[in-house]
Amino acid sequence: MLARQTNGAAAAKHEGTVVIAIVDYKAGNLASVKKAFDHLSAETVVTADPAAVQAAEKIILPGVGHFAATKVLDDAGLREAIIEQIERGVPFLGICVGMQWMLASSEEAPDVHGLALWPGECSRFPSGVKSPHVGWNSLHIRNGASRLLRGIPDGTFVYFTHSYRVPLLSSTVAECEYGGGFSAAVEQENMFGAQFHPEKSGSAGLRMLENFCQI
Amino acid sequence: MLTKRIIACLDVDAGRVVKGTQFLNLRDAGDPAELAAAHSAAGADELVLLDITATHERRATLLETVRRTALELFVPFTVGGGVRTLEDAGAIFDAGADKISINSAAIADSSLITCIAQRFGSQAVIVAIDAKRNGNGFQAWTSGGRVRSEKDAVLWAKEAEDRGAGEILLTSMDRDGTGAGFDCELTRAISQTVRIPVIASGGAGSAEDFVHVFREGAADAALAASIFHFGLSSISDLKRHLLVAGIPMRFPC
Repeated sequence: MLARQTNGAAAAKHEGTVVIAIVDYKAGNLASVKKAFDHLSAETVVTADPAAVQAAEKIILPGVGHFAATKVLDDAGLREAIIEQIERGVPFLGICVGMQWMLASSEEAPDVHGLALWPGECSRFPSGVKSPHVGWNSLHIRNGASRLLRGIPDGTFVYFTHSYRVPLLSSTVAECEYGGGFSAAVEQENMFGAQFHPEKSGSAGLRMLENFCQI
Repeated sequence: MLTKRIIACLDVDAGRVVKGTQFLNLRDAGDPAELAAAHSAAGADELVLLDITATHERRATLLETVRRTALELFVPFTVGGGVRTLEDAGAIFDAGADKISINSAAIADSSLITCIAQRFGSQAVIVAIDAKRNGNGFQAWTSGGRVRSEKDAVLWAKEAEDRGAGEILLTSMDRDGTGAGFDCELTRAISQTVRIPVIASGGAGSAEDFVHVFREGAADAALAASIFHFGLSSISDLKRHLLVAGIPMRFPC
């Protein structure tokens, strides 16, 4: 079982460690994300407690499954905690559905509201391609100054698995092509998003997570 | 460009990797965690661990093997064999797997697919179909190839998709372990019927077999076990061969 340390954030902070809160909103499993940070010797807490999110120095919102699952974030008071932290400048990384939630909405669940950090809506892949988009696809890096993608060459392969996609935005730092172009990674100030799974993308993905740790 | 995936499969029995011919004749091939790490380093795009005797002996999948194998693996990791309930699936995800593969239990009760997909997402649910030729068609079998079901394999693949499966892992029982090549006709029939990715399995004996299953079989991914274990070919050699043949591959890995 995952170690759910609701008090871990505050305790570790006293020791001077940067604590990364991995937000647990009961959608899918977080073991893979936790495991990748363990490998990087980064201190993480897997938590559903808004207080632990508020105490964290970095926040990860993983995500697999349905956009509607993000509704739990509202019910648990996590949305407010995350918004507050982003406004304070705390680095925030949304992965997969976690990145999609950074937009206002998704066709997958039109009544569920995302953070609306950027305009736009997540849409389904066109009928001409197989869906979900599963497997290793290449990144076309659009912004070489990206801090998340530091040291990642253009054309690097990363692992995707998703049925809905984020359109190209002003904050898009890497693009992917599958039934048209879409945002593979977004970045603006302290806000980061990856549609792919860095924790499942081999050494390139680990490098990105390490980059995030160092921001 | 989305690449075709080469998936290394570890058939595990009692915590050891084994590989049989047509589901029989098991030979010992090593430690799952060590082999998984070696395959990943050599360029495997994913790892699948199948607990091949779990359904037969009605025992839980070896969670400790899963945990140990997952620990230092940073490519997608699927576990199958003996998953009968949402709780079985949850325990495997907690141990570090990204996807589960279900076969017999899904045929017995297809609502299990929906149940796991709703909790963990469709991307986490692979429905494994063991198919055998039957006249002009293909029949789905269960319990590690021991029991013939009433389901037509192609119709069952479509039903599994409708129930929420994220991928189909399709094994040709006629070809499995023979090295005679994938059943491209079977693979194509299912790949063209469903919209979700199809992983072809059973029969790989040469690099050229993989070219055929991606071209003629329209497979999205291909799975192989014994071709690697017994030094017939390395994954990087295989992927290089495919790349030269014009099949999109993640390379360098």
